Amino acid sequence: MSIGILGKKLGMSQFFNDEGKSIPVTLIEAGPCRITQLKSTSTDGYNAVQLGFGDIREKLVNKPAKGHLAKSGDEALRHLKEYRVDSVDGLELGGSISVTAFEPGQKVDVSGDTMGRGFSGLQKRHGFSRGPMTHGSKNHREPGSIGAGTTPGRVYPGKRMAGRYGGKQITTRGLVILKVDVERNLLVVKGSVPGKPGALLNIRPANRVGAKAGN
Amino acid sequence: MATESTENQAVDQVVDATVSTAAPAATAVQEKPAAAKAKTGKLSAQELIRAFEAEQLKDELPDIYVGDTVKVGVRIREGNKERVQPYEGVVIAKRHGGLNETITVRRIFQGIGVERVFMLHSPQVASVNVERRGKVRRAKLFYLRDRVGKATRVKQRFDR
Repeated sequence: MSIGILGKKLGMSQFFNDEGKSIPVTLIEAGPCRITQLKSTSTDGYNAVQLGFGDIREKLVNKPAKGHLAKSGDEALRHLKEYRVDSVDGLELGGSISVTAFEPGQKVDVSGDTMGRGFSGLQKRHGFSRGPMTHGSKNHREPGSIGAGTTPGRVYPGKRMAGRYGGKQITTRGLVILKVDVERNLLVVKGSVPGKPGALLNIRPANRVGAKAGN
Repeated sequence: MATESTENQAVDQVVDATVSTAAPAATAVQEKPAAAKAKTGKLSAQELIRAFEAEQLKDELPDIYVGDTVKVGVRIREGNKERVQPYEGVVIAKRHGGLNETITVRRIFQGIGVERVFMLHSPQVASVNVERRGKVRRAKLFYLRDRVGKATRVKQRFDR
């Protein structure tokens, strides 16, 4: 359990590494995030840090949110996100978390909403193969049979069908940070991350299954 | 020629933009990061990406045209030693632009046609020298693949 950072996807580019190989990278404008609340076992039952990120016009923030932000000396932040931590020692209300928390070579998990694809058919949504487009076929992109006959007489739950696709949160795990630009608040990450440019991302140190806490 | 000059201008603008906004942004961060930054006008996503790519662009590349004969110095690592190997041939295609710009260089080696694609801005390409300007009427010289011997010659031009 460690603190991550919130960021905005800027888009993809490429980066020449030491060997001169061109590597596809995603640029993320991350932080600086303000620490808007500290939760501790004594008051909340668990330890956590709440971070705020993103500019927003002051009139778009309602009074309860303004009151909450005033405790850390902030006026208007678009996003708030909580990170569970082992202890909140050394963290200060109103302090900030920036890209300096990360270093090149570190592995991170990046979460965000995927691109929304609307109501999609089976080919796009589940990778079904389509029928023949010609030779008298009318079965172009149809679903085909969705089950047996009188027995069982119903469609099994979980049957893959057309429907809303995308716009869901997923996590791309184990991405390597290639570069940290402190001046511009940039993280350069190898590979792709969820969502379109401008999407909100949650970047945190990679959580490997079986790894000891704190690693 | 025209595309080269506009690209250079674009890069210059980005550099100017970073210089002008860097100073106020740096002071603002110390006082109040969230509120003050909104007013100082941050760089847009496109500008940030362009600035990131501008750092990697080479600025001393010569003007290369399709049809030119070029000598490309390729960095090769053998164990711990690094040396530059020259590769000479005719540019038969140029693709992409900016950081992703590539040239395809064709030469006949031991009777067999060899084509190599070089990313111009890659550190693996140590140098590019134009040996001879060619006069051609196509943007892609793929027709050279079907020709042998004397027919593969490209007419020289002297006005570049």
